[in-house]
Amino acid sequence: MSDPKSRGLHRLALEVGWSLRGFFGNFGAAILFLFRILYELPYALARPGLVIRQVYVTGVQSLVVIMLAGFFVGMVLALQAHLTLSRFGAEDTIGMVAALGLVRELGPVVTALLFAGRAGTALSSEIGLMRATDQLSGMEMMAVDPIKRVVAPRFLGGVIAVPILTVIFSAMGIFGAWLEGVVILGVDEGAFWSQMQAQVDLREDVVSGIVKSFFFGIAASLLAVFEGYNCVPTAEGVGRATTRAVVHTSLSVLILNFMLTAWLLGGK
Amino acid sequence: MLRCGSISGLFAGLFAGVEDLMEPEDQPAKGCRGDDKIIVIRGLSYARGQTRIFDGLDLDIRRGGITAIMGPSGTGKTTLLRLVTGQELPDVGSIQFDGREVTRMSRRELFRMRKRVGMLFQNGALLTDIDVYENVAFPLREHTRLPERLIRHIVLTKLHAVGLRGAWQLMPSQLSGGMARRVALARAIVMDPEIIYYDEPFVGLDPISMGVVVRLIRRMNDALGLTSVVVTHDVDEVSSIADCAYLLSEGKVAAYGTPEQLRDHHSETVTQFMSGMADGPVPFHYPAPDYSAQLLTRGK
Repeated sequence: MSDPKSRGLHRLALEVGWSLRGFFGNFGAAILFLFRILYELPYALARPGLVIRQVYVTGVQSLVVIMLAGFFVGMVLALQAHLTLSRFGAEDTIGMVAALGLVRELGPVVTALLFAGRAGTALSSEIGLMRATDQLSGMEMMAVDPIKRVVAPRFLGGVIAVPILTVIFSAMGIFGAWLEGVVILGVDEGAFWSQMQAQVDLREDVVSGIVKSFFFGIAASLLAVFEGYNCVPTAEGVGRATTRAVVHTSLSVLILNFMLTAWLLGGK
Repeated sequence: MLRCGSISGLFAGLFAGVEDLMEPEDQPAKGCRGDDKIIVIRGLSYARGQTRIFDGLDLDIRRGGITAIMGPSGTGKTTLLRLVTGQELPDVGSIQFDGREVTRMSRRELFRMRKRVGMLFQNGALLTDIDVYENVAFPLREHTRLPERLIRHIVLTKLHAVGLRGAWQLMPSQLSGGMARRVALARAIVMDPEIIYYDEPFVGLDPISMGVVVRLIRRMNDALGLTSVVVTHDVDEVSSIADCAYLLSEGKVAAYGTPEQLRDHHSETVTQFMSGMADGPVPFHYPAPDYSAQLLTRGK
């Protein structure tokens, strides 16, 4: 233990151990927080006005970003697919390729990442600032549970908004692919749509994409409200919580995407 | 109520003058005495990390009066409010609210207790996404099913009481510090509480706003039959309205009595605080190594 190499390894092992402990501690705390939110969800459902407002704030106000991103992702997909498939004379299938890529993977994943960057940060910083300015303590002192009044409606609003945004993202992507493929690159329009219609399955592709986006919505909304609610009540603390919310959501979405894809493909 | 013997026993040596304040011929005025106590704190100890904030604190709040809790910054005045309202739990000790032990209350019981209290936070703690009217109406909407017309009447009545009926449609960001605190006061009294806690209500206010808030606290207390607990270090302002004042220092009660009695007190701690002296038992300098040695040392 005395030589520098052993000491270095020892320190490294300790740091890894502490990091893992912190990770699992946070993970457990987030899961417990989710249960607390779920317990209070009936209150949020009984006050639909609060939830609708959050769907507006997190969903409607993210529309422009989501539509623009979807549109350009669709165009790039069509461009890349055309470049590759035209070598084999299969450029007519770019509609199908773009649609499958969008509804299965890119739509849910990119939407969740954009949601984390646009609405997730807003949620974290809003709740964090409420913590820093004693608004949450004020609610507690008015005998109003902030989980019930602030967190649950925001969580539910996010969970509702993400699948809707995903559908819009994919629709805009397909529109972008059509514009690029059919209008600009001259792919036959009939082939574009018929290939898509023939190869994209409603249950296996479209529904599985929406199921994924539902889980991403839970992860993104949970981490955003969790980080905001538990932030250190200072300007720096709110900033750190916001950053953590984005980083953790992005990683969670990518890891969850793999797990959900494996589950949805289910041994095929 | 704190007894002379227990106080002098606990703090003998630390606060030499306390005994004098508690002498029979010099007992606290009526404001601090009486059997009708709404809050009774006994043997309260609380530490945050390595810092001990309270160490065997005994303190009573008499029903119907205005009690000031004073002390230098960092003595745990706000923490005391958080402990009394069940937002934090003490390490040791008992806190009773109207005969019920706060430290053993379930969350549901805490919320039931909090419906009977109002709290004015240092910064107002108004909800920033709703206007003044909705802020004041907030507790009513959450806890009652009153018709909108009645809510409107109550909200306007409370806003009128604090002189801000005309500001009902403003957003919190459009209010000055004094106005925000008055709106928060209207919200704190909207459920007709039995007791109101004021956390540093005078900080950052201009003289006019401060005068308004001082008078409001007294007027609300008398007109609504409330009990008020004012946590502050503004000696002059609180002295004009408090019936009883406690001075906290080093985790304990250094002295208590009417503001006049505290002013006439001759313990060094009390004198330093009441007359605002820079140095004394509470040192001007934070504990530090030798000045010249530190200047000659390299690095930070």
